[in-house]
Amino acid sequence: MLSALTSLAAQQGRSFWMPTQGSTFAPEVDGVFQFIFWLSVFFFVIIIGLMTVFVIRYRRRPGIEADNSITHNTKLEVFWTVVPSLLVLVIFYLGFRGYIRARTVPGDTYQINVLGKKWVWSFTYPNGFSTNELHVPLGRPVSLTMTSDDVIHSLWIPAFRIKMDVVPGRYSKLWFVATEKGEFPILCTEYCGTGHSDMLTKVVVHEPSDFMKWMDEAGNQYEGMNPAEAGEKVFKKYGCFACHTLDGKDHPIGPTLKGLWGKMETLSDGKKVLVDENYIRESILDPQAKIVKGRTPSMTVFKGMIKDEEITFLIELIKSLKD
Amino acid sequence: MTSIPVPGESARPVATDAGERNYLTAGRGLASWLFTVDHKRIAILYMIGICSTFMLGGIFAMLVRIEHWSPGATITDSGETYNRWFTLHGAIMTFLVLVPSIPAILGNFALPLMLGAKDVAFPRLNLLSFYLWLIGAVGFVCVLFLGGIDTGWTFYTPYSTTTATKVGLAGLGAFILGFSSILTGVNFLVTIHKMRHPGMGWFKMPLFLWSLYATAIIQIVATPVVGITLLLLVVERTMGLGIFDPALGGDPVLFQHFFWFYSHPVVYVMILPGMGIISELISIYSRKHIFGYSFIAWSSIAIALFGFLVWGHHLFVSTQSAVMSTIFSLLTFSVSIPSAIKVFNWLATMYRGSIRLTTPMIYALSFLFLFGIGGLTGLFLGTLSVDMHLHDTYFIVAHFHYTMMGSTLIALIGGIHHWWPKMFGRMYNEAVGRLAAVLTFVGFNATFIPQFLMGSRGMPRRYYNYPLEFEFLHRASTVGSFILALGLFMAAYNLIASLFHGKKVPDNPCGGASLEWQTTSPPHLHNFEKPPVLTDPYDMEDLYWDEETGGYRSRSVEGASGGS
Repeated sequence: MLSALTSLAAQQGRSFWMPTQGSTFAPEVDGVFQFIFWLSVFFFVIIIGLMTVFVIRYRRRPGIEADNSITHNTKLEVFWTVVPSLLVLVIFYLGFRGYIRARTVPGDTYQINVLGKKWVWSFTYPNGFSTNELHVPLGRPVSLTMTSDDVIHSLWIPAFRIKMDVVPGRYSKLWFVATEKGEFPILCTEYCGTGHSDMLTKVVVHEPSDFMKWMDEAGNQYEGMNPAEAGEKVFKKYGCFACHTLDGKDHPIGPTLKGLWGKMETLSDGKKVLVDENYIRESILDPQAKIVKGRTPSMTVFKGMIKDEEITFLIELIKSLKD
Repeated sequence: MTSIPVPGESARPVATDAGERNYLTAGRGLASWLFTVDHKRIAILYMIGICSTFMLGGIFAMLVRIEHWSPGATITDSGETYNRWFTLHGAIMTFLVLVPSIPAILGNFALPLMLGAKDVAFPRLNLLSFYLWLIGAVGFVCVLFLGGIDTGWTFYTPYSTTTATKVGLAGLGAFILGFSSILTGVNFLVTIHKMRHPGMGWFKMPLFLWSLYATAIIQIVATPVVGITLLLLVVERTMGLGIFDPALGGDPVLFQHFFWFYSHPVVYVMILPGMGIISELISIYSRKHIFGYSFIAWSSIAIALFGFLVWGHHLFVSTQSAVMSTIFSLLTFSVSIPSAIKVFNWLATMYRGSIRLTTPMIYALSFLFLFGIGGLTGLFLGTLSVDMHLHDTYFIVAHFHYTMMGSTLIALIGGIHHWWPKMFGRMYNEAVGRLAAVLTFVGFNATFIPQFLMGSRGMPRRYYNYPLEFEFLHRASTVGSFILALGLFMAAYNLIASLFHGKKVPDNPCGGASLEWQTTSPPHLHNFEKPPVLTDPYDMEDLYWDEETGGYRSRSVEGASGGS
């Protein structure tokens, strides 16, 4: 997943300080960034330049005393109080303009609901279909209405230069117009625990016509697949890879699914349980009900998020991964 | 107190024979230190304590840096372990090191001396402050051994109310530390009001005292808020009272407002005393009267007051309303002005000076450089639209390390070097001191400049794992942190070695014009054997170099004792 995101970022052209410009906000934010940057460079060079000149020119030499006649100069001090004050007002205004634009959602947006959960994102489209990756059309205003099921998360799309916290018990909003086709990383930027740095996904920007096609195909997403293949798709869709592997490598948070089928597990209360259809179903819908010895109860509760059909596919996937 | 005038000699005996009665030798045994009410000894207790916790916090910093040598598992394969490391690093450095640091060590040592006073106003309260700090520190060490905490030093709800780690104990520790901070503030405030040398008006005080005064105001007004907030957090955790957790009917963003109402002003508790030290160092080592005394003095007060009105800039993307964010952004820029004034005044002080690159002066110049970067990068973050991109990334991590570590701690280390001969009567090795200062400076920049770049390019903070594209910058940062650690250890070694091998120093080896340089090095148990003579703290022309003792002497002090 990480390496996939990496190669994505590497493909796109970008500036020294900033990632690819992928939305209408990006050029404006970058412009303000550049303005502050060069202004800062200007003042920094003056300050450090003068400091260096003074240290060399006025270094202590025998017989030369410091000139102690200068103790203040009101005109000069008023000057260097007023000039920075005016400059920061300009900076404030530039930031204010862009921020208000980013927080004022226009009326005619394509609306997507976002749910943050430890440690997966779920995006629900107007037709009720949901994905783990965000798919949006190019050039059309899209708004995200976001909430969290547990702790505070924060959704950041660096290429779009937007970020907003995703808070339980309230809805927050973001909007954007994507200007660049392709795939860009989405990251969680509010610390949310063990899997915080793996709460990653991507936004896929389609041509508007491709977006419609994608939506149609995604509607019957499991067509033509055998159950185990469909299970692998479900596994990706719900971000199960954040805590589980399919290749037998142990993950620090959750067990690998390879070789899990038919295993006899010891629970934290000492009881034993056979990994069968019912146990897997319960572990997905109510993961805290039975905790395997040595594991912590940290899995996302998928009750209400996943369809019965999809659970069946997952069970078939686990069966297929029997040693 | 009777002085026998000796021809060709100042009235006061030279430093060396004061050794019998100085504060270090006035009482012997452990008890004489543990139950001391002498502000100078309490300063040294704090110095030992704070340096120990600084080392502990530093170990966690190094663990974090080493872990980032490569993405995924480097020295731990568990995000949970990593989360404990960065939390303990932040919590220890903030609550145990940075907040008390300069006031507790150098403020305690120098404040009464600079005022010409015998001690602080409430010496027993001062000792109580130290023990409260110690209890808080022990609390944090207990947290460490009981499995640590994983909330980040900011304790954001509802994560902090739902995690299984030791948040309650850490919260109580921080609560107790708050009292230590408040009591120090009260003590300094009263001491400055009531115990100035007769004739020392407010605008005759050294600027370090102005900065400590401004700091005391913040400590007294802001600290109770975080105390109550952490208590509410503990109440919610233990009794299930719904204050912050939306599942119980609370408001998680309310916690952020409460928390930053304290925690933003508190960054000025860290930086203001540092600025005060720099005002002293630049003037003394440039042999120049400070430029624009009253602008610097008032800018400290302005920072303390404006600092209370900007907390909302931590919440630009927290779902705080756009109107509030706008107001907080505007107010945030107001606080940059007094800081800019100080920087320009320090530069003007160096103009036509007679500058010597002593170890403290190198730290002071480092401060100008690092605070320059720290301050200017603050402009990016105060700017609403740009902050939307940079918030909670490595850019912000780099920014606050430049202000809190690059500025506050560099000022502290510079100040310790400056007052060290006064504290212990011995001089450290100047060459080693300079080398350590340069290494610290180089290491610091190497550590944190790559972090700015990572942040704006897309690296969020508090990430155990990271995309491979950031590996090079992370490695550069880690290499820098080792250079930084080397510089710090070298400085510590140099200071400690001076206690055993350092050359003895006269009363005023570095040429300060404030009152503490009129007493012996180390000072007498009661600070001054005879009442100090009030002088302008920045009148460098009053001092002249005396080859015989290897120190500076004051014409007005000699004039006063010659006349009596």
